[in-house]
Amino acid sequence: MNKITIREERCKGCAYCVLACKRELIRIDPERINNLGYNPAVFSNGEACTGCALCAEICPEVLIEVFRERGKVALKWQNAE
Amino acid sequence: MQKIFARPATLLDTGFHFCPGCHHGIVHRLLCEMLDHYGLRERAVGVPGVGCGVFLYDYIDIDVCEAPHGRATAVATGIKRVQPDHFVFTYQGDGDLGAIGTAEVIHAANRGENFTVIFVNNAVYGMTGGQMAPTTLLGQCTTTSPAGRDSRNDGYPLHLAELLAPLEGVAFAARVSLHTPAHVKKARRALQRAFETQLEKRGFSFLEFISACPTNWRLTPYQSVEHIEKNMLRAFPLGTYKDTGAPASAAAPEEEDTANAVL
Ligand SMILES: Cc1ncc(C[n+]2csc(CCOP(=O)(O)OP(=O)(O)O)c2C)c(N)n1
Ligand code: SF4
Repeated sequence: MNKITIREERCKGCAYCVLACKRELIRIDPERINNLGYNPAVFSNGEACTGCALCAEICPEVLIEVFRERGKVALKWQNAE
Repeated sequence: MQKIFARPATLLDTGFHFCPGCHHGIVHRLLCEMLDHYGLRERAVGVPGVGCGVFLYDYIDIDVCEAPHGRATAVATGIKRVQPDHFVFTYQGDGDLGAIGTAEVIHAANRGENFTVIFVNNAVYGMTGGQMAPTTLLGQCTTTSPAGRDSRNDGYPLHLAELLAPLEGVAFAARVSLHTPAHVKKARRALQRAFETQLEKRGFSFLEFISACPTNWRLTPYQSVEHIEKNMLRAFPLGTYKDTGAPASAAAPEEEDTANAVL
């Protein structure tokens, strides 16, 4: 299963990742307020995540990390382990 | 499980001061990815102008020299001339580069100075509270054009990529946008071309990013994306206006991206 992690404590709730996720696996959580005072984006640990990294591409705060079960090529630009 | 997307190493682990939905953060990240990719961290100098990008030194782990408002291209000229083996870029907004700094950028471009200009065009003066800039769209309401920009009084949006491209000293000039992930990927490719231009010593490279300023546009981040798609891109057509380099090699990064997308 692929997944992403979002550092909620720094999220400003712009919801660009919500727009980016074609599988609708990210939403803004109206129940939670982080230390910055925003409703953060949360990932609903969906099986459907393809690890496409579109959410990470668009996050202006660079808070999203993407993990793949069977990682093929690591994105050339990232120094990911 | 393999991590395939993470913060670039050159981007310090500090929260940005930018407003929600501001695109400055994406430009910072793309710059860091490129600095990492070409191993330039130890020999890069950034020259931010005055505007919301001014705190670049807090976020990017390279040497930074602050310039007075509009003078970043003059400061970068000096730095590049005394340190020609360093990678030098300026980071300027439209109020900085397109208004107070127009003379400096035109002459740096015309001299063919071998550095890279990162131009973040959000069509307003962001930092000072949303005044009209030379790039403001016709009809756009700002704090200094409350009834909308009127060409009879305020002239027309200034197209800097098109203006600079014909100059002989310019080796690369392009405009990209950041409002969707696909555009971010295109922007990364254009940024790579700009980096190559300087690394191959071909002359002046200029990359304009169409960027959202939701706060001063008085729009939500979502509405800002729509505004870019519907209005900004009509006034500011995207594209490469000049590229003196060899055509992109067969192993272009887009292939990898597509491979990833079909997974
Ligand atoms: C000589 C001088 N004049 C005016 C200012 C005030 N000032 C600060 S930022 C700014 C405009 C910044 O707008 P822009 O370059 O578009 O950057 P943004 O904040 O939109 O990213 C101005 C006019 C200044 N700092 N110095
Ligand atoms: S005022 Fe505009 S340019 Fe400045 S940080 Fe906020 S959104 Fe970005």
